[in-house]
Amino acid sequence: MIPELGHFALSIGLLLAIALAVVPMAGSYSSRPVWMAAGRPLALGIFVFVLIAFACLTTAFVQSDFTVNYVAHNSNSILPVYYKVTAVWGGHEGSILLWLLIQAGWAAAVALFGRQLPEELSARVLSVLGFVLIGFFLFILFTSNPFDRTLPFPPMEGSDLNPLLQDPGMIFHPPLLYMGYVGFSVAFAFAIAALLGGHLDAVWARWVRPWTAVAWGFLTLGIALGSWWAYYELGWGGWWFWDPVENASLMPWLVGTALLHSLAVTEKRGLFKSWTILLAIFAFSLSLLGTFLVRSGVITSVHAFATDPLRGSFILSFLAVVIGLSLLLFAIRAPAVSARSVFSFRSLETFLLGNNIILVLIMGMVLTGTLYPLLADAMNWGKISVGPPFFNLFFVPLTVLLCLLLGIGVRANWKDSRWDKLLTAWRLPFLASLIVALLWPLALGDYHWGAVFGIFIGVWVFASSIADIISKTRNASSFFAGLKRQRASYYGMHIAHIGLAVAVLGVVLTTVYSVEEDLRMGAGDSYQVAGYDFKFDGIRMAQGPNYRAFEGVLHVSKNGDSVAELYPQKRNYLSGGNTMTEAAIDTGLFRDIYVALGEPLDRSNPNGDWAMRLQYKAFVVWIWLGALLMALGGAIAVADKRYRKVKAARSVEVIGNVATA
Amino acid sequence: MHPVRKQRLILVLVLVVLSSAAVGFVAYAMRGNIDFFYPPKAFAAGEVPMEKRIRAGGCVIPGSVQRADDSLDVQFVITDGVAELTVVFDKILPDLFAEGEAAVIAGRLLPSGVLQADQVLAKHDENYTPPEVADTMVSHEACMNGGKI
Repeated sequence: MIPELGHFALSIGLLLAIALAVVPMAGSYSSRPVWMAAGRPLALGIFVFVLIAFACLTTAFVQSDFTVNYVAHNSNSILPVYYKVTAVWGGHEGSILLWLLIQAGWAAAVALFGRQLPEELSARVLSVLGFVLIGFFLFILFTSNPFDRTLPFPPMEGSDLNPLLQDPGMIFHPPLLYMGYVGFSVAFAFAIAALLGGHLDAVWARWVRPWTAVAWGFLTLGIALGSWWAYYELGWGGWWFWDPVENASLMPWLVGTALLHSLAVTEKRGLFKSWTILLAIFAFSLSLLGTFLVRSGVITSVHAFATDPLRGSFILSFLAVVIGLSLLLFAIRAPAVSARSVFSFRSLETFLLGNNIILVLIMGMVLTGTLYPLLADAMNWGKISVGPPFFNLFFVPLTVLLCLLLGIGVRANWKDSRWDKLLTAWRLPFLASLIVALLWPLALGDYHWGAVFGIFIGVWVFASSIADIISKTRNASSFFAGLKRQRASYYGMHIAHIGLAVAVLGVVLTTVYSVEEDLRMGAGDSYQVAGYDFKFDGIRMAQGPNYRAFEGVLHVSKNGDSVAELYPQKRNYLSGGNTMTEAAIDTGLFRDIYVALGEPLDRSNPNGDWAMRLQYKAFVVWIWLGALLMALGGAIAVADKRYRKVKAARSVEVIGNVATA
Repeated sequence: MHPVRKQRLILVLVLVVLSSAAVGFVAYAMRGNIDFFYPPKAFAAGEVPMEKRIRAGGCVIPGSVQRADDSLDVQFVITDGVAELTVVFDKILPDLFAEGEAAVIAGRLLPSGVLQADQVLAKHDENYTPPEVADTMVSHEACMNGGKI
């Protein structure tokens, strides 16, 4: 009964979404306030019905209702209850339902927090979101219904959630990532509404900035968490593989980052207007493209589920409609919103333009590398794959250029900066970074010029931010009085930039100084890796809630001092006979010690020799700490008072308009 | 010229130069860094370049996995139902690597006709075979019979 209720709730949701796409939009063109006002209750209603559907599916999982096909395929009665709940989004159908829930959640948030928006703008934004919602409702109802039954012969037992997904990472990674992906639909909806209205000003940009920053922050966290999860669970210590699915999440992030910066110019200077709109359209289109790549099964990936060609063609058609219609609208309406003024090439505007060009270039190259194998396959040029060397070849130099420009640009002024002033501003951070870069590798063992260069880049970004904060507080009575005077968004920016610096340092240091050894080890053997002694004390058996495991016991010490006891596992899940490697990690701020158990080299004798991977990962945590700082920067920027002051200013303006009209 | 148009012209020129540079760069990067996929029969027919990074895939013939006694070195044979290819590897095999199952190997072809693997990928779960392998694979039963149909 409950699954049917869920299905029914989805059907009602679809009807409401159709109403949301049509009624407020029509109202905005025929000046019917009641029609326009219908947007808010409709958006909230959709959210409630999707929430009901989601609750129904969760209930089916918790009760292990194997008459539901999707539950039977992705759960098992002995699965711990928290993984039963996360198994809701462990497969294709449920993850689309999660997407739909978050999409409806964003629309409801716009309805709730956008009360002070001009009626017409709010109606159009909600209608555009309604249109997007229709697409996903149709997708789930016609190609990916999670409530399909297995009747009349339900299985006695479910076939279990993929063991890879039985991990705390599964609780947070998909929801965070989807919050980001779907969040860009809000900026997209605002962009379309601006095109329809032919009106785009600083106030519009001030409305879109916080929404974009929130979505961007979630996406940053989602990607970082995915990378961390891959590191400890799947990747045997690798943290980025240039896997098509990772690329699919990186592309909207790159464009989203460009959009954040371009929105700053649009708000402060009224420039780059049509460019901002284009970025907003592409950020969301790339999110949809990501979904297509992941869910259509055109690529080989851990994220690709057993597939149905209908799903791929549905998303592809939806993508074509979204991109086609928005670009058509853009072509017709962009002249109406574009700015007609010049800016000096010696200005912050130029640096932000540079930032945008580089980010979009990186995105273009990632896109090429990701889609080329598909194109080659379709054109019969052979089956090929594009590996990390291709991506690194351009990603590294372009990122270096981006960071160098960032350090200079962050000190530039709007409108016009004098070169001599900029030069004096760079001198100190430049010298400081150079000294740190030359000295730091001395403390890390081998002196490596690549490390010197990489450290310079990271510290340069960091030092420029610090130098800017110091110079901004220079004229205040005290340092802290100066700090207090700055806006939240100013600190948000610097914290995000420092996050980038930390992530860059993490990437450089872990790439240069990590050591990885694949070894054959028997009980009693010991090896030294990067100055740490690893002693293997043998294998014992361990028992989990739904698995049994061989557990290795390793003692790690350095210069005779004990560092850690590590227990890597090789798990066998009781339900399907799946095998899983569970690495053991001793995490530290400056290094991770990472041990993973391979396999018994003689299958019949688990007490014999084992394949073992021992790793020393230098500064690897910095990569994710950096991402965390970036997201934190985004959150702080959103807290800026001026995003709330807008509302007051705007309502005064509206009243003024009414008075003059 | 009107200043707005002039600035736009400069920007457009910069963009054109940059994007052509980018296209050239991508073409260059592509040429050296893409890995072609070959089934075992292409190796037998001599179509595969030596000492170049390539990918191969097929099903692991049961009983063909041989391990060294004192190191991680391992050797196995894959087939597409037409020809067989010997693969050598000296790192840890993935969890779902198994005899009679599909595997994708990235590596280099040695002059001896043996594929030296840098990386071995197995299927991701019980129900999933990499599409490029599925296309070149014979049936599971044929693989279990040692690749003979």
